[in-house]
Amino acid sequence: MTPFTTLTGIAAPYPRANIDTDLIIPARFLKTIKRTGLGKFLFDPVRYRPDGSEEPDFVLNREPYRRAEMIIAHENFGCGSSREHAPWALADFGIRCVIAPSFADIFFNNSMKNGILPIRLPREICDALMGDAAMGGNARISVDLARQVVIRPNGEEIHFEVDPLRKRLLLEGLDDIGQTLQHEASIGTYETKQKAAQAWLPSISI
Amino acid sequence: MSEGKPRTLFDKIWDSHVVETLPDGTCVLYIDRHLVHEVTSPQAFEGLRLAGRPVRRPDATLAVVDHNIPTTDRRAGIAEDESRIQCETLEQNVAAFGVPYIPVLDDRQGIVHIVGPELGFSLPGMTIVCGDSHTSTHGALGALAFGIGTSEVEHVLATQTLLQKPAKNMLIRVDGQVGPGVTAKDIALAIIGKIGTAGGTGSVMEYAGEAITALDMAGRLTLCNMSIEAGARAGLIAPDEKTYAYIEGRHFAPKGADFDAAVAYWRTLPTDSGAHYDITVELDAASIAPMVTWGTNPEAVLPVTGIVPNPADLADPSARVSMQRMLDYMDLKPGQKLTDIPIDVVFIGSCTNARIEDIRAAADVAKGRKVASGVQALVVPGSGLVKKQAEAEGLDQILLDAGFEWREPGCSMCLAMNPDRLKPGQRSASTSNRNFEGRQGPGGRTHLVSPAMAAAAAVTGYFTDVRELA
Repeated sequence: MTPFTTLTGIAAPYPRANIDTDLIIPARFLKTIKRTGLGKFLFDPVRYRPDGSEEPDFVLNREPYRRAEMIIAHENFGCGSSREHAPWALADFGIRCVIAPSFADIFFNNSMKNGILPIRLPREICDALMGDAAMGGNARISVDLARQVVIRPNGEEIHFEVDPLRKRLLLEGLDDIGQTLQHEASIGTYETKQKAAQAWLPSISI
Repeated sequence: MSEGKPRTLFDKIWDSHVVETLPDGTCVLYIDRHLVHEVTSPQAFEGLRLAGRPVRRPDATLAVVDHNIPTTDRRAGIAEDESRIQCETLEQNVAAFGVPYIPVLDDRQGIVHIVGPELGFSLPGMTIVCGDSHTSTHGALGALAFGIGTSEVEHVLATQTLLQKPAKNMLIRVDGQVGPGVTAKDIALAIIGKIGTAGGTGSVMEYAGEAITALDMAGRLTLCNMSIEAGARAGLIAPDEKTYAYIEGRHFAPKGADFDAAVAYWRTLPTDSGAHYDITVELDAASIAPMVTWGTNPEAVLPVTGIVPNPADLADPSARVSMQRMLDYMDLKPGQKLTDIPIDVVFIGSCTNARIEDIRAAADVAKGRKVASGVQALVVPGSGLVKKQAEAEGLDQILLDAGFEWREPGCSMCLAMNPDRLKPGQRSASTSNRNFEGRQGPGGRTHLVSPAMAAAAAVTGYFTDVRELA
């Protein structure tokens, strides 16, 4: 996983609540067997017209937001399906951070496993950051994960919460499996105990 | 968890699956059952291959194809290249990693969340995961079941565990009895209408109360299926005699003395009296009517007797904009009666509503009637076993005589990954779970309803109060 330490870049304001995973990437683009190459389908229903041309009003089709590395949105970002194609599409486009008042649980987890930092901040702060983002290309917003702050273009620092384990894995770019396999002996012990206590547990074979 | 402290059903399942608690409170949680399908697994198997890791518990894993496959004759294979490659990739992966797999032409093939309970793969007290958000379905058996992303699919394949923090306990109490024509789907939509699509975020929702215990297992599975649409991590219903009777004799279920031992354990699972819930929501079953969604998320829902709401009535400007966007997308006008909305397509299927009980409900309405002119109506059973059962009962013939199409099992038009999809501008009455923009095909307009309400819409061509269809 790509580590996430600090990020300074262009933020795209997308003032909409309940941005669902079918909007982020519709199901017909989930037929890939790879993780890459999904950026061109990101937000397909609103980014392109039915004839395939760009929808000029959509934020990611406007300068400077074509080069956005952050998205700022409203409540319940990423609701809907468990498709990890949603963060894969965001990452492939170049998005490394999403700031919103709230996120759907599965999307939140999936993002952090792909080097994307989801930051929960109150609605009024998200609205202020959207105001900053709307100023255009020179209005850079920064995120410092180690210090857990978002830095506005005027220098104001806003603290955010992050799970300590997730923070460490993101900073170091570590994946979960390596972390968990450090506890492999405990997993084996658990399995032995379960087998003894629940001898009736069926084994699956076709 | 201290000895003797009253615990919820969720607390008990959680506690019994903690392998280790890390210093920051994150738990290594053991996973008893893992369902795998073709869409969210290829990258996970690829990850295992790159790291040289095996599947830790093939004997706790079950794979099936469901999302991509056509619902017409499958003996000739899959015409669409990408869909075929994804299904073939699953077949190669299960062979290489030794994972039990149900092929597409096997009678037991179907939608993962229909197959798991139907085969007795999913059992009370278990932790169950799948790379699909509607894994919440299996909570109806009293199992902690939730959807995961592909990285977590790989994590479970490699370690049979997940790194998780406990969720909040949320209780949804539905007291009293529902009226005639009101189903589990309507209860689910009424709950989401009340608490919203983020109402359950961070929580595991346990459903209780007279109206819940009165539901049959099919209804309970429908209700728990929709928990994710309320944003919940999982839905749960305490196992009871109906649960045990449902499980007994199923393909993978414990048999004989093993079954008795299992039931003895399952009886210890229901929430202790006095256990603490962080959030409690109460609904009166008698006040719930057959429901129809009018907008582009499941909380935009009203009784079928309702009228399309007016954005001008909302005080919050951003809520007003959001409602107007929904009405524009759905091509609806404030004040329009829901029963005046004409439909083009009816879809009866999906992991929400494609069990035998759902097909029976649809056939009950369809019997002796005809699908309205200009309406296409699809019935897609949830599994090959559901299809066979329906055919044994003659339900397929009732539906065919009425002008419905009778298809092969799969996810189909719920998410339109196969050829079953709405054309731009088409409007559906759908028994599936999501009415997001474009969910059933680009530009398609989805209204969520129960199977009986979908069949009623099919025969009249409009949303129709099934209670008035004498």
